[in-house]
Amino acid sequence: MKKLLVLMLAFILVAGSLAGCGDKNANEDGTKELNIGINYELTGPNASYGEASVQGIMMAFDEINDAGGIDGMKINPVEIDNKSDSAEATSVATRLMTQKNVVACLGPATTGNFQATIPEAIGNQIPIISASATGDEGVTTDKNGKVNEYVFRLCFNDSFQGVTMANFASNNLEAKKAVIIKDTSSDYAKGLAENFAKTFKSNGGEIVAEEGYVTKEKDFMAILTKVKSKDFDVIFLPGYYQEAGLVIKQARELGIDTPILGADGFDSPVLLELAGAKALNKVYFSNHYSSLDKDPLVQDFIAAYKEKYNTDPGAFQALGYDLGKFIADAIQRAGSTKPEEIKNALASTKDFAGVTGSFSMDKNHNPIKSIVVIELKDGVQATSVKVEPK
Amino acid sequence: MSEFLQQMVNGISLGSIYALIALGYTMVYGIIKLINFAHGDVYMIGAYIGFAATTYAQLGFFPALIISMAACAVLGVFVERIAYKPLRNSSRIAVLITAIGVSLLMEYVMMFFVGAEVRSYPKLLSERVFEIGNVYIKAQQLYIIATAIILMIVLQFIVHKTKTGKAMRAVSIDKDAAQLMGIKVDRTISFTFAIGSAFAGAAGVLVGIYYNSIDPLMGIMPGLKAFVAAVFGGIGSIPGAMIGGLGIGIMETLVSGYWNSMYRDAAVFAFLIIILILKPAGLLGKNTREKV
Amino acid sequence: MRILMKKNLLILLCLIVTFVIVQVLIMNGIITRFHEITIATICINIILAVSLNLVTGFTGQFSLGHAGFMSIGAYVCAIINSRMDSTLGFLIGILAGAVAAAIVGVIIGIPTLRLKGDYLAIATLGMAEIIRVIFLNLKITNGAAGFSGIPRYTNWMWLFIFTAGSIILINNFIRSSHGRACISIREDEIAAESMGINTTKYKVMAFTIGAFFAGIAGALFASYFYFIKPDAFGFLKSIDILVIVVLGGMGSITGSVIAATILAVLTTFLQEFTAVRMIIYAALLVLIMIFRPQGLMGTKEITDIFKFGKREERLNGRRNR
Repeated sequence: MKKLLVLMLAFILVAGSLAGCGDKNANEDGTKELNIGINYELTGPNASYGEASVQGIMMAFDEINDAGGIDGMKINPVEIDNKSDSAEATSVATRLMTQKNVVACLGPATTGNFQATIPEAIGNQIPIISASATGDEGVTTDKNGKVNEYVFRLCFNDSFQGVTMANFASNNLEAKKAVIIKDTSSDYAKGLAENFAKTFKSNGGEIVAEEGYVTKEKDFMAILTKVKSKDFDVIFLPGYYQEAGLVIKQARELGIDTPILGADGFDSPVLLELAGAKALNKVYFSNHYSSLDKDPLVQDFIAAYKEKYNTDPGAFQALGYDLGKFIADAIQRAGSTKPEEIKNALASTKDFAGVTGSFSMDKNHNPIKSIVVIELKDGVQATSVKVEPK
Repeated sequence: MSEFLQQMVNGISLGSIYALIALGYTMVYGIIKLINFAHGDVYMIGAYIGFAATTYAQLGFFPALIISMAACAVLGVFVERIAYKPLRNSSRIAVLITAIGVSLLMEYVMMFFVGAEVRSYPKLLSERVFEIGNVYIKAQQLYIIATAIILMIVLQFIVHKTKTGKAMRAVSIDKDAAQLMGIKVDRTISFTFAIGSAFAGAAGVLVGIYYNSIDPLMGIMPGLKAFVAAVFGGIGSIPGAMIGGLGIGIMETLVSGYWNSMYRDAAVFAFLIIILILKPAGLLGKNTREKV
Repeated sequence: MRILMKKNLLILLCLIVTFVIVQVLIMNGIITRFHEITIATICINIILAVSLNLVTGFTGQFSLGHAGFMSIGAYVCAIINSRMDSTLGFLIGILAGAVAAAIVGVIIGIPTLRLKGDYLAIATLGMAEIIRVIFLNLKITNGAAGFSGIPRYTNWMWLFIFTAGSIILINNFIRSSHGRACISIREDEIAAESMGINTTKYKVMAFTIGAFFAGIAGALFASYFYFIKPDAFGFLKSIDILVIVVLGGMGSITGSVIAATILAVLTTFLQEFTAVRMIIYAALLVLIMIFRPQGLMGTKEITDIFKFGKREERLNGRRNR
C-alpha cells in the first residue's frame, strides 16, 4: 500500500513539476521579449477574481503578440500566484521585479493585496497597475495625499461608485429609506457602503439598517428576514456576484421585491446563473461599460470572448483585457522598455480607448472615467445611463 | 411573531445542513478520534460529482445522488487506506496534519480541473415555496430537514442495532481489544469511512441544489462548522451531532436576526465557549472519568 | 558551571557569526531584497512555531488559535508604529503588541484551559475567530479594508535579535523547572497533579508565554509586510503554524526551526509553478507525515544528536549545575 501511495504521489509531483515547467517555457521562441509580471490571486479565496482578470489580460496579450507584438517585441507574461494573501503578494512582486526582469507588474486584483505591493514598486522603481483595486485611500496616493509615482489603476474608485449609486437611488428611484447589506470581510464592500451611506444621508435619505455577511457565505435568510420587517425603499448590496447572486435569489424568494442596487461586482454572467432570471428584476448596478454599448470595441471584445470561453465576459475579464492593452499601449508610446519611461507614458495617458470606456489619467494616477448605471430586466441588461465624473 | 417563526425556519434549515455534514463527521470522529478536515472536501467533491452527473450525463436527481454517494464512499475509503491507515498508531495531531494535507490536495486538484469560479446547479428539485401565514417555507428546506432526520435515524440504527455497528462501537472503545475479540478492525474503519463519506456526498448534492452554488473551496467553512457542531454535541454521539448542528444554525440565525449580523460568528463562538466551560464534554458527550 | 559557560559562549559565537555572514551577504547584494523576504518569513514563522510548540508540543495543549495572538501583536504594533514613526516607536509597538497578546492569553487561558483535547481546540479556535471579528469591526483597525502604510522598520538585525531571543528564552524556559512541570503535564496530567504540580498554573503560564511570542511575531510581520488585514489571521493561518510544529516534531525546538525554514523555502520555490503549487505542497505534506509521523525531529533536539553516545557525560554535566 505504501509503495502504491509513493508511486502515486510521486507521479503527482512529477506531473505537477512538468505542468509548471510547460507553462514557463511556452513563450520561448527566440524573439526579443518583453517580460510583464502578472501577480494575481490564482489560488485561495479570491481565486475566481484573479482567474477572470488573467483571462482578460492573456486575451489582450495574445491579440497583441499575434499582431506582431510591440515594435517587434513579443510580450512574455510572467504569471505568479499570490494565494490571495497580502504578504505573499509582496513577495511575488519582489520576485517579479528583482528576479524576472519585468518592465511592469499587473495586479493583484483586490485593493488590499495591491496595497501590499506598493512599497516594492516604489523601492524597485517599476510601475504596477491594477485593473480592479477600487479602494479610496492609500492606493495611488500615500497617506499624506502625495501621489505614489509608480502606482496606477484603470478603474474608478469606491467613492465615485458609492456616490453615483446613492444619487441614483435618491434621484432616479426617489428612495428615502435604504438598507445596506454588505460583505463585512471585503475591503471593496466597506468602501462602497461608507460612501453610499454618506451621500444618501446628505441627499435627505435615511439608512434604516446595515447588515453584514462574510465572503463564501451561502445562507442569507436570517438577515433578509430581519430586513424584511423594516420599512425601506431600496437595498444597497455592495459585494461580488458570488454572494450577491444568492442574496438576490433568497430576497426574492422571501417576497422582498424592492429595487436592489449594487456596483461593478455584480457584472458577471454568474450573477444570472445564481439568482435566476426571475429574481433579476429591478436590479441596478454601476459598471464600467454596458454590453448594450454599440461601440465596435465593446462588441468585438464580447464576441471574441464568447468565442474563446463560451460565456459572456464579466467586469474582471473586461478590465483585465483593457489592462493588457493599456500597458502595451504605454510601452509603445514610451518607445522604450525602461520602467521609468513606461511610468511616464502611463502617467501622461490621454484618451486611451478601452472596452471599459476611454479615459485619461489624472494627476493622482486615477483614470477619469464615466460610469454606467445598468438596469437588469429578467437577468439581461435592459437600459443603461451614463454618469460623467465631476 | 411571524418574524420569529420565520427565523426559526431559517435556523432549522441552516442547522440541518450543518447537521447533515456533521453526522458523517462524527462517525469518523467517534471511531478513530480523527478530526477529519478532509470531510468538508469530500462534501465538495460530492457536489461536483452530482453536478457532472446531472449536467453532462443528463441524469435525474436520484441517479445523481446515488452516483455521488457511491463515488464519495469509494473516495473516502481510498483516502483512509492511503493516507490515514499508515498513521494509525501515530499521535492524533500527526493524523490531523495529514488530513489537512489531504484536504488541500482535494481542493486544489479540483480547482486545477474545474477552475475557481462558482457554478450554478441544475434545478432538480421543486422550487415551490409554501406560504403559511407570513412564514415562507421552501420545499427544498423540508427535503433537507427530512434527509437529516432520516440519516440520523439510519445511522443510529446501524450503530446500535447491527453487527457492524457493534463492531464499530467496539473499535471506538478499544481497538486492540476489539481485534483480539475477532473484529476486523481495518474493515470496520473502512466501512465507517464509506458511510461517512457517502453521507457527505449526499449532503453535497442537496446543498448544491438548495443554494444553487458550488465552488472548490465550498467545503472549508461547512467542514469547520461541522467539526464545531460535532464537538458541541459531544464527540462521537450521533444525536449530539444533530443537536449540535441545529443548535449552531439556530444560534447563528438568532444572533443575526435579533442582534448584529456583523458580530455573528464572534457571538456564536463566545456562546459555544461558555457552554463548553459549563459542560466540558459537549451537550451529549459522556464525561469519561480518567483512570490513573 | 564551567561547562555551561563554555557552551554559552560557543552558542553566542555561533549566533554572531551567522548574523555577520548574512549581514555581509545582504550588504554585498548576494542576498537580494527577494531573498530577504524569504528570510523574514522564515524568522517570523520560527517565532510562531517555537511559541506554539511550547503550548502544543511541550505542554500538550491543543491550540488552534495562535493566529489570533499574532494578529493582536500585529495590530497593536501597526497602530503604535504608524503614530510614532521611529525605531523607538517600532520597539514600543513590538513590546506593547506582545504584552497585549499575553494579557489576552491570560484572560482566555484561565477559563478555557480547563478543557481538554478537541474541546480546547474548539475553544481556542473560537477565541481566535472572536478576535478576528472584533478587528474586522473596529474603526481604528480600518476593518476589512486592512491597515496599510505601516512603516518598515523590521530588518535582518531586528529579525535576528527577536528570533534568536525567542528561541533562547523559550528553550531556557523549557529547561527550567517550570518547563519540566509543563512537560510533565503533557506526559500525564493526572500524575503531574498528584505530584503536586499546579497544572492550571503551568498551562496558563505556557499559554501566556506562547501568546507573548506570537505577539512579537505578529508585530514583526506587520512591520515587514507594510499591510495587514484581519483575513490574514484566520483559522487557516493557525493551521499553517500548527503544520510547522507537527512537521518539525512536537516537542522539538530544533524541529520547529528546521520545518519553518523548509516550508518557507519550499513555498518560495513553488511560486514558480503557479498552477500546481498548492497541489505539490499538499502532496508533500501528506508524504512527509506518512513517512515521518513523529515529525522531522521527533522530540529530539540538535544537541541530542551531537551528544549521541555521550549520555553519561551529559548526565554528569547536568548534575554539576
